[in-house]
Amino acid sequence: MTGIALAFLVRLATGVRLLGDIPEDGKRRIYFANHSSHLDFVVIWAALPGRQRAWTRPVAAAEYWEKTPLRRWLSTHIFKAVLIPRDLARMRSEDPLGKMLEAIDARADLIVFPEGTRSDTGEVGPFKPGLHHLATKRPETLLIPVFLENLSRILPKGEALPLPLMGQAMFGDPLPGPVEGESKHDFLERARDAVMHLSHGHLIPSPPDEGS
Amino acid sequence: MKDPELLYLVGGVVGILLIATLVTKILIGKSGETPTLVNLRQRVNAWWWMMLVFCSSLALGRTGVFGFYALLSFLALREFITLSPTPRGDHRTLTWVFFLILPLHFLFAAAPWYGMFLIWIPVYSFAFIPIRSALAGDTERFLERSARIQWGVMTCIYFLSYLPMLLYLPIPGYEGQNAKLLFFVVLVTQISDVMQYVFGKLFGKTKVAPKVSPSKTREGLLYGGAAATLIGTSLWWATPFTPAVAAGMSAMLVAAGFFGGLVMSAVKRSLGAKDWGRGIPGHGGVLDRLDSLLFAGPLFFHVIAYYFGTNMYDAYKQPQWMYDAMRLWIGH
Repeated sequence: MTGIALAFLVRLATGVRLLGDIPEDGKRRIYFANHSSHLDFVVIWAALPGRQRAWTRPVAAAEYWEKTPLRRWLSTHIFKAVLIPRDLARMRSEDPLGKMLEAIDARADLIVFPEGTRSDTGEVGPFKPGLHHLATKRPETLLIPVFLENLSRILPKGEALPLPLMGQAMFGDPLPGPVEGESKHDFLERARDAVMHLSHGHLIPSPPDEGS
Repeated sequence: MKDPELLYLVGGVVGILLIATLVTKILIGKSGETPTLVNLRQRVNAWWWMMLVFCSSLALGRTGVFGFYALLSFLALREFITLSPTPRGDHRTLTWVFFLILPLHFLFAAAPWYGMFLIWIPVYSFAFIPIRSALAGDTERFLERSARIQWGVMTCIYFLSYLPMLLYLPIPGYEGQNAKLLFFVVLVTQISDVMQYVFGKLFGKTKVAPKVSPSKTREGLLYGGAAATLIGTSLWWATPFTPAVAAGMSAMLVAAGFFGGLVMSAVKRSLGAKDWGRGIPGHGGVLDRLDSLLFAGPLFFHVIAYYFGTNMYDAYKQPQWMYDAMRLWIGH
């Protein structure tokens, strides 16, 4: 109940629309998107149809989501996040990639942000290798690119109060996995292009001079 | 809605919409679902909804009307700012605009505190916006950024709020009937838009400003405007005007609406967009529907005030309850 209400509120506040039905083909999905705001995964999660939302788990930073009781409750009970440590020592002992693969094997869909961290400017940074690992280790999963528009303006890094502007979540067609002979770097570039392509040129909040 | 004349106005619009729905059905039955006809159907459906929401707000009385326009204002400003590239340095400024300046303005309007209604945005907010942005420390294109936000606030909040303010305009012998005045200005301006669109499609040849708005033609303005003026004149019985004055007022609304649409279209294009948003199917955004009213509203309000020589003296003062509250707070 809390989940449905929260998803509705997020859509209302950001103007993001509910996605049409997703075909029931028994395949796991990994949604990967550009990262610019704390709202990012919440918005993708809120845009998914209710049934999908139930088994979709965001991959998020453990340090942030374990900090306060409210965050802990939200991340475990509402979003069922796969919490990944950023701290190097913890990363060694907890095996982030293994956690993600485990979640996929337990029939969960994932939301990942291959850039790793949020960009300050709204530009899309280079993708980290995680997505490549997931795609090669679980080749049968569908890789869905998602472009998130305007969220960095609604809730920029370092701000607590969101502005009631309009945002969008644009979902693309599944990206073909790494092919024979394709280097890791080339695959990641291709994945990044798939996200950029969805922006139809709206990608970067145009620097002030372009708008006028 | 105790006013029978208001019911006639509503009935008239419902009649027009019924005809429009019927004609759309027939056209689609004849030539199938072409993109133009699907757009027409969307537009007519949206008109039903807009009419329904507008009338319900009127039925809820003053609070309903002011609440409704505060919401419209919020939606319009949201579209305006979404399209304007505002950088990080403006985030806090915009927070104040959305969460303080806008609600307070509608509070002053509804109170009514006419004196503050007049100056809250052009004086206080106009000064506050650049101050807050300067404090954020970003000087990059500062003048442009301030101007963008000020323009959004001026048009989407201040200009728009003149429409509900019509309810407080004291007109001798017309007391308690001002809702019809609001109905009149919205009806004539919107019908003028529709007529200009229709006549432009039928006879349009000379474009007024092709770069700004490709659909605005001189023929559309002349014929469509004349038709809207005729309709407005025929509604004189619902207004405090004589037929001649109703005609003049309608013509003024047509012109103001036309130029309002033109200016807002130029703003929109300068921001690199075709529509303000996608809030109303078939129409675009909320601002695409409101643009003509933004300019028609304030003009209509003040011209009526001059014509009848009315002054807002009673509403000019700070309301007593607000005065008392402030005294209490300061502890006088």
